[in-house]
Amino acid sequence: MTTWTHDRSPGAAAVPAYAQPQKVTQARVLRSELTKLRTQPSAFWALAAAAVAIIGFGILYSLLTAARPPHGAAVAAFDPAAVSLAGVQLAQIAAGVLGVLLITSEYASGLIRASFAAVPRRLPVLWGKAATLAAATAAVSLPAAAAAFWAGQAILGRHHLAVHLTHPGVTRAVAGSALYLAVAALLGLGLGALLRSTAGGISALFGLLFALPIVAGFLPGNWAGEVGKYLPATAGQAVTTVHPDPATSLAPWTGFGVFCLYTAVVLGIAALRMRRGDA
Amino acid sequence: MIEINALTKRYGATTAVSGLTFTVRPGVVTGFLGPNGAGKTTTMRMILGLDEPTSGSVTVNGRPPRTHAAPLRELGGMLDPRAVHPTRSAYHHLLALAQTNGIRRSRVDEVIDAVGLREAAGRSAGKFSLGMGQRLGIAAALLGDPATVVLDEPVNGLDVEGIRWIRTLLADLAARGKTVFVSSHLMSEIAQTATHLIVIGRGRLIADTSVSEFIAAAAPAAARVRVRSSDQDALAALLRSPEVTVEAADDGALIVSGLPAGHVGAAAGSAGITVLELVTEQASLEDAFVDLTQDAVEFRANSRPPAGLTMEETK
Repeated sequence: MTTWTHDRSPGAAAVPAYAQPQKVTQARVLRSELTKLRTQPSAFWALAAAAVAIIGFGILYSLLTAARPPHGAAVAAFDPAAVSLAGVQLAQIAAGVLGVLLITSEYASGLIRASFAAVPRRLPVLWGKAATLAAATAAVSLPAAAAAFWAGQAILGRHHLAVHLTHPGVTRAVAGSALYLAVAALLGLGLGALLRSTAGGISALFGLLFALPIVAGFLPGNWAGEVGKYLPATAGQAVTTVHPDPATSLAPWTGFGVFCLYTAVVLGIAALRMRRGDA
Repeated sequence: MIEINALTKRYGATTAVSGLTFTVRPGVVTGFLGPNGAGKTTTMRMILGLDEPTSGSVTVNGRPPRTHAAPLRELGGMLDPRAVHPTRSAYHHLLALAQTNGIRRSRVDEVIDAVGLREAAGRSAGKFSLGMGQRLGIAAALLGDPATVVLDEPVNGLDVEGIRWIRTLLADLAARGKTVFVSSHLMSEIAQTATHLIVIGRGRLIADTSVSEFIAAAAPAAARVRVRSSDQDALAALLRSPEVTVEAADDGALIVSGLPAGHVGAAAGSAGITVLELVTEQASLEDAFVDLTQDAVEFRANSRPPAGLTMEETK
């Protein structure tokens, strides 16, 4: 006897009951956000791009520097760690854009409404995204920065220009590069959550990171340095530099603290908007 | 149970929903009917806690929708079947939603099987047809086995088999004591799916009634009688009264409104007029629905008379 009527109706089965306990917790939302990040191909590509930028551009810049090594007085001011970590400048684009996209893609598709229906208090979603984003960016950037450093120093070492990881400030600069990128990604997330638009979020991110320093550069006299050192990117990158110049840069951790503060303010305003308003 | 009290939602100068009060009870399928733009989706967004009411209140199972500790156990909703990340698989879409509430993986598989998406579960949800998207949206709504289910236009894009499936599914959920609230802009669709009916137009409540009462009340008023006789002019003069209108159709027949066919035939017979054709033309449910919502449109138009007109003139 055939049962074709049954087989042909794919939804014939009723939905069974489910009596297991349920409850929203921040840890569970975090797990959900990790699942989303893992299963979003664009996130994989953004993180891969960041790693390639850090390592590839670091090696390239080290090779170029080795081909035209500094002479005379320039040797004293030469920062070999900075040369090998030059790719961070490129990688911050990938990290920041990933941060923007992580939230604006949900607004664009409407998925955010399903996310908020499942987590009606909403803010656990933002914190879950922030935690997974920062962790994933740091987890990819740290080994990439270390690899770029070692490869760069190997290239520069042939001209006796290399610096060792145990040299004061060098480990901090390498680890700081990963921290800087993680916070840059969070800044993107905050801007994306605040503006709810991919184009708007990316524009605001580029404005803060790249346009502001250019504008500040037009300020007269030593204002350029004094104001410039408090701008988000300049402040944040103090932690990625072995010997920051006090005229144009804050102390490493002070600068990073300022960068974190900017990011916290943006995320805080975004959180207020997310919690109160219409989704 | 969904309780809506004096609910109003304004977006800037536009009033989407105005003073809505109704209750959606458990154990039956309640249809939510209104033309496109009537405020159905806005109302559902407020039920799901996605939009904040401008004034008034919504409770789901006795509490404001955003205060439940286990939201997917209380309320499952589907607003837009395309609201998925385009490159994430259907399985991972559901898994991520389930994980927020601590729902097990086995349950994700269960709902995937129940909506018939087993074969497609590994594919990117963005490549789904509208019908498959509806099934995925319904799977997401049912993940937590919620006491209240809210679905916005769930039959849109479904084939005949899919429509039959969803009717069975909704009836099954209601039979298990759940509150089922389903919107549509098609009266005929709701008539076959729901037993209770909430009708809105222009953001206002028009009817809160059982489907059978709505049909019974709408049909006689909308019924018209088509008659042809040996003397149409005499018959028209005979039938015309303040309650009865008589119009001539293009083919010469008379269209009589406000009088049953039997009365028309009896009147003709007593006057010695031979009836050649006598038919009751039942207005469709859609006509009754359009008549109802048309009133709401006119009410809105009259509530703001153009400059220079007095209220008497607009009435």
